Amino acid sequence: MKSPKSLRIKPEDVTTVKGLDKLIYKAEEEGVELAWHRFMKQQPQCGFGLLGICCRNCAMGPCRINPFGGEPSRGVCGATADTIVARNLIRMIAAGAAAHSDHARDILYVFRDVVWGRNKAYKITDPEKLKWVAGKLGVKVVGRNIMEIGRDVAAILEKEFGKQDEEPLALVKALAPKKRLAVWMKAGICPRNIDREIVEIMHRTHMGVDADPVSLIAQGARAALADGWSGSMMATLLSDIMFGTPKPVKAVANLGVLKEDYVNIIVHGHNPLLSMKIVEAAMSKEMQELARKYGAKGVNVAGMCCTGNEVLMRLGVPIAGSMLMQELAIVTGAVEAVVADYQCIMPALVTVAQCYHTKLITTEKKAKIPGALHIEFDPARADECAREIVRIAIENYQNRVPEKVFIPKEKVELVAGFSVEAILAALGGTLKPLADALRSGVIKGVVGIVGCNNPKVKHTYGHVELTKELIKRDILVVGTGCWAIAAALHGLLTPKAASMAGPGLRRLCSKLGIPPALHMGSCVDCSRMLLLLGMLADELGVDISDLPVAGSAPEWMSEKAVSIGTYFVASGVLVHLGVVPPVLGSEKVTKILTEDLESIVGARFYVETDPKKAAEYIAEYIEEKRRKLGWPA
Amino acid sequence: MAPATRAQYIIYIDYERCTGCRSCEIACAVAHSATKSIYTAPREKPRPKPRIRVFRVGELNVPMRCLHCANAPCVRVCPTGAMHYTEEGFVVVDEVKCIGCGLCTLVCPIGHPYVDPETGKAVKCTFCYKRIREGRLPACVEACPVDALIFGKTSEVLEEVRARKASVLAQAYLLGRDILPSPA
Repeated sequence: MKSPKSLRIKPEDVTTVKGLDKLIYKAEEEGVELAWHRFMKQQPQCGFGLLGICCRNCAMGPCRINPFGGEPSRGVCGATADTIVARNLIRMIAAGAAAHSDHARDILYVFRDVVWGRNKAYKITDPEKLKWVAGKLGVKVVGRNIMEIGRDVAAILEKEFGKQDEEPLALVKALAPKKRLAVWMKAGICPRNIDREIVEIMHRTHMGVDADPVSLIAQGARAALADGWSGSMMATLLSDIMFGTPKPVKAVANLGVLKEDYVNIIVHGHNPLLSMKIVEAAMSKEMQELARKYGAKGVNVAGMCCTGNEVLMRLGVPIAGSMLMQELAIVTGAVEAVVADYQCIMPALVTVAQCYHTKLITTEKKAKIPGALHIEFDPARADECAREIVRIAIENYQNRVPEKVFIPKEKVELVAGFSVEAILAALGGTLKPLADALRSGVIKGVVGIVGCNNPKVKHTYGHVELTKELIKRDILVVGTGCWAIAAALHGLLTPKAASMAGPGLRRLCSKLGIPPALHMGSCVDCSRMLLLLGMLADELGVDISDLPVAGSAPEWMSEKAVSIGTYFVASGVLVHLGVVPPVLGSEKVTKILTEDLESIVGARFYVETDPKKAAEYIAEYIEEKRRKLGWPA
Repeated sequence: MAPATRAQYIIYIDYERCTGCRSCEIACAVAHSATKSIYTAPREKPRPKPRIRVFRVGELNVPMRCLHCANAPCVRVCPTGAMHYTEEGFVVVDEVKCIGCGLCTLVCPIGHPYVDPETGKAVKCTFCYKRIREGRLPACVEACPVDALIFGKTSEVLEEVRARKASVLAQAYLLGRDILPSPA
């Protein structure tokens, strides 16, 4: 028998977010298991898995390689650790790219129905953005009806998923800097078709196909680029077109945004097609009145994870928390419904919800969880579906158990909404002020921080320490996803936070009225950072790989993060990882990722679990870039 | 000389449970490495060596480690006294005194210890005595995902094992009693 490890966690060991300690104790008192408990039960995790040297790709296996030398040194088919690690890695990229791009596809289908007049539930909210995209794609704009323009754009974007030729993706050709395109052409990694690149990963990693780690990683990079510059890019562009391009907006974060006398609905997952409609329905007069009939003061919607970021960026909807807080939200006992679509939704939510009156409502046929209430969300009947879901939540209010309710009072103010357009507006219409600030050394560089939460890292500690250390060094921080939520939870997304920044960054922030860390959106909105980098590189007449910039995923866990990290590296940006990726089982693959890639795409990965050390390294890397540009250190 | 306290601890191996995943081998090597991390141990020089090894024998997976004999031939044969008993009765090699003669290899009934070519010293299972003194489990036991390796005081572990076996016998008895026709 293993010694009975006391299955209690010390909140201060697992998170640095204020207010969560009482909820963690509450969960334990009420017998609710959290991700941290399950993480403890998984220890020690499989060494073969951690090193990436387990292969389950065929039935001759499962095979593993002995990391200490000796036998077995090859899989049954003869695959070495190099092959196995590379194959496993690019399958992670495939899954991540698929998640982002399929999310884009869902939005594209609705956009297509809107511009063909088949869907009246959604509309074109930002026609200027649509015209901008059209212009970039070579679609005639002058003197044409917006729907006509939209139809031509939809036709081009459809083909991003299915065109059968060797030409680069249309969005890649239209939006990536020419210098980058040249690098990708030379390296043979220019993406041709979103679905095809993912399929090709699956083919290459099948037993007995590609065994060359360089060749495998190249395909991984190609699929990741298809995600970043086309799949995710498309999701962001079309969401802006249909829901509005984000502008700076004030909001609040942390579980204190839940309201005791209101029906609380949490929107969770990723796609704004659902969350925007839930918010719309919940805020409608009809539903607010219905809530009052059931004894509540009204309906309150809060967001979780990236769909939370989507409604935060566009509507200022409060954000309850990030990925690792999803169970704790239910533990408050004050949530009538968690309305989820896809990605990052823990199946554990069903079990947690069963301990309270909370209903977990799944809405996507692609994302079902046994035990949840499944109400399929049909974009063609978006408003009715949304109303039905909100009604179910409101009716559930009477089932709330008052003795089980505890909402921590902690909540923090933040500013979000920094689309590229918003940043340009803050800068006065061009990137020149930013370029000048960089050139003169008022700010030394820009770092994009992204990614998830992971129990392997103390929750939000990695994100926040890194951010603080970077802004201290006059490095502007931008970012998305659960980084943004982490930064928000620690008050870093307010102009006041500039007091924690170095003198140069502080000056820039007070001049422009911005926080030292800019929330640029959801995970697919990492594409906003790609655009910003491309524009900055063009403004300065250099390639992205020459810029004093870097990226980081201090607490990553998802396969989407692997795709994102890879497309940033392939786009010329150093990417720091705060969680060790499963590649150390192959020295060769580790070297390719952390060294050799630099000579091919101008950037590489850098792994460091200590955020303070990572900040130092990144700062030095940025100094080096500045030196090469002839800029003052 | 046999120790005063001996065989008071056991790692009971349940061969029916072992899935052959070999996580115990990895954990053992990491526990005996300098850096103690799965990420860095494989690159160390000298290479960390696992002291437990899982063999496939017919249908069973058989983890093999030192039996920490109460009257260990390797201790008796060691010419320098490097091979000795700890106060708990574990058989452990003192690397300073070890001359790598390999006599322990020859006399061991199960072929456990061997001289590491990289260091010239005998390598053997230490029962993770340092971890035990800190109140921790031996690395292999901690790593086993299916509880095929059970650590504890011999008497306590055996109580549990006997109880399990008793229930197996009881089931067999009841099965026999119900199938056979009752006497007329």
